[in-house]
Amino acid sequence: MWNLLQIELFKISKRPRTYIAFAAIAAIVFIFQFAFKADGQSYMDLMLQSVKDSFELEKTKAINGYFMCYIILNTLLIQVPILVALIAADSISGEANMGTLRLLISKPISRTQLILVKFAAATIFTLLLLLWMAITSLVISLLVFGADDMLIFRVKGEESQILQITKDDIMWRYMAAFGYATVALTVIAALSLFLSIFAENSIGPIIATVCIVIVCTIISNINVPIIDKNVKPFLFTSYLVGWKGFFYIGTSPDGVPIKGSLENWPAIRKSLFILILHIVVIVSASVVVFRKRDILS
Amino acid sequence: MANIIQVDHLCKSYNQNKAVNDLSFTVNEGDVYGFLGQNGAGKSTTIRMLLTLIKPTSGQISIFGKQLSHHRSEILSQVGAVIEKPDLYKYLSAYHNLSIFAKMSGIKVTRKLLMDQLQMVGLEQRAHDKVKTFSQGMKQRLGIAVALVHDPRLIILDEPTNGLDPQGIADMRNLILKLSKEMGKTVVISSHLLSEIELIASRMIIINKGEKVIEGNVDELLDPAHTMVDIDTTNNKETTEKLLQTKWATYLQKGKPLQLMMNKEEVPQLINDLVAINVQLLSVNSSHSLENYFLSLTTNPGYVEPFAN
Repeated sequence: MWNLLQIELFKISKRPRTYIAFAAIAAIVFIFQFAFKADGQSYMDLMLQSVKDSFELEKTKAINGYFMCYIILNTLLIQVPILVALIAADSISGEANMGTLRLLISKPISRTQLILVKFAAATIFTLLLLLWMAITSLVISLLVFGADDMLIFRVKGEESQILQITKDDIMWRYMAAFGYATVALTVIAALSLFLSIFAENSIGPIIATVCIVIVCTIISNINVPIIDKNVKPFLFTSYLVGWKGFFYIGTSPDGVPIKGSLENWPAIRKSLFILILHIVVIVSASVVVFRKRDILS
Repeated sequence: MANIIQVDHLCKSYNQNKAVNDLSFTVNEGDVYGFLGQNGAGKSTTIRMLLTLIKPTSGQISIFGKQLSHHRSEILSQVGAVIEKPDLYKYLSAYHNLSIFAKMSGIKVTRKLLMDQLQMVGLEQRAHDKVKTFSQGMKQRLGIAVALVHDPRLIILDEPTNGLDPQGIADMRNLILKLSKEMGKTVVISSHLLSEIELIASRMIIINKGEKVIEGNVDELLDPAHTMVDIDTTNNKETTEKLLQTKWATYLQKGKPLQLMMNKEEVPQLINDLVAINVQLLSVNSSHSLENYFLSLTTNPGYVEPFAN
C-alpha cells in the first residue's frame, strides 16, 4: 500500500497542474498582504465604524500577522475547494482519459486498494495545500506585519461583536483551525474522487464538484426554519467554515474572555464528526461503485 | 501440455445486447494464440474480461488452473498485457513509466532491470525522454516493455500492431516469435491483420457477433484441403445450374455463386469437368489464405460445418 501511495504521489508531483493551486494561493496571499501593507488603515476604519465610540484600540497594532492570516483564511477557504477538486477530480478520470486506467486495473492490485490510495494521495495533497497556506498566510504575515493581540469581527444573531485574543493564546487556535480545514477540504477531495469514477476526463468531475459545493453553500445560507432544521444539518457545506469556532473565545459569566478556552467546543466536535462521516460514506461509496464498474475507456 | 487459459460458456451483456455469448476456448502453454474477429465481434470484450477490466455476466475463466474471480492478484502478477493502444503517462519518461508499472506488478525494481528491458525494445537511448515525444511505434515498444518487465508467463496483446508502420509490424512479429520460441511464453494476440496472425499464431479462434465460429490449429485451418475456388464464366447462372447436377454440387458455398471449397489437388479435375459440360471459363482463382478463410467464415457462418471440432 505504501509503495502504491509513493507511486501516486510521484505522479501527482510530476504533473504541472499540481502547482497551479500552490501558485494561486501564493498570488492571492501576496495581493492581500500588499494591499493591507499599503492601505490597511482604510479597511480597519470601515470595519470599526459601528463600534468606534464604544471600543478603544490602537488601529496600527490591530493589523498584525495573526489578523492578516484570519482575513486571508476567511476569503481563501471558500475558494480552495476548487483547487482541491483540480487534483482529486483527476484521480480516476485522468487515468481513464490517458488510457492508463486499463493498465492499472490489469495489475495485481485490487480496485479497493487503488481507490484508497487515490484518496490518500488526494488527502495528502489537501494537507500540503493547507500547509502552504499556513506558511504563506501566517508565517509570512507574521514576518511582514509582526505579532500582536488579534481582533475578530463577528456577527452573532443581530449584534456585531469584536473579540480580542491575546497573542500568546493564538497559535494553537491556528493549528487547530488548519487541522479542521484539512478535514473539511478532505470531504471535497472525497467528493471529487467519487465523481471522477464516472467520467473519462477531469473537466466534468471538477465542474460537478464546484456546482455541488456552490448549490449546497447557497442552501446552507438560506435562513428558513424548515431548511435550518431538515436540510442544513446534513449538508457538509454547513460545516466548511466551522474552523472559525476555534477563534470564538470562551468567556466567564460576567463576559471576561478566558484564555485557552472555546465558546462552543461541543459544536466544533459535532461538526468534525459530521465531516468525517461524510468522508467515510463518500469513500465507501467510491469503493463499492468502482469495484462494480466495467472499465471501457 | 498444460492449459494456461480455460474459458467456459463466457457471456457478457450490455442491457439487451450480447457482446459475448457462450464463448468457450482453451489456450495451451507455449501457444501463440490468435484471436480473430471483425470490429465489434467481441475480441476486446473477451480480452478485457481476461484482465478483469470487465466483469462477465456469466461463465468461468480459469488462468494457470485457478479461477480468475477468486485468485485475481495471484494470476495477474503472472500476466503482461498491452490493451489496444499502449497508453502510458505522457508527462513521465520511459524509464519512470516502466518503473511505475514494474513496482505495481510487485517485483523488486532495479535500474539494471529497467535498462535491460528498455534495451530489449530498443529504447535505451530514449530512457529519460518524456513519452509525449515518442512516435506511435516507440510507445508500442515501451508498452511491450511494460508488459514484459515482470517476466510474466502469459502475455496478452490486444491489437498490438495498430498504428504501426510496416517495419514496426515486422519488428512486433519478430518479438512475439522470440517470446514464444526463445522464452517459452504463452501469447494471446488479437488483430485485424490476419496475414500477421497467419505468420505467427500456432492456434487460433475466430469469433463473430460474440460467438465462437471456429477454434483450432492454424496449420489445420490452412490445410490445402480447404482451398477456396472462385469461378467466373460467360453465364454464371447457367453454370451454377449445371454444377448442381454434378458431384461438385456439395462443394458449392451457400449464398456465394460459383464459389467452391475443395482440396487444392481437385482444382484441375474441376476445370476439366467444367470444360466437359461446355462452360466457357473467364477465370478460376484459388486461395487458402487465412484472410479469405476468415472473411468467408464471418460472412457465411454455415461454411464452418466441415471443420467443426
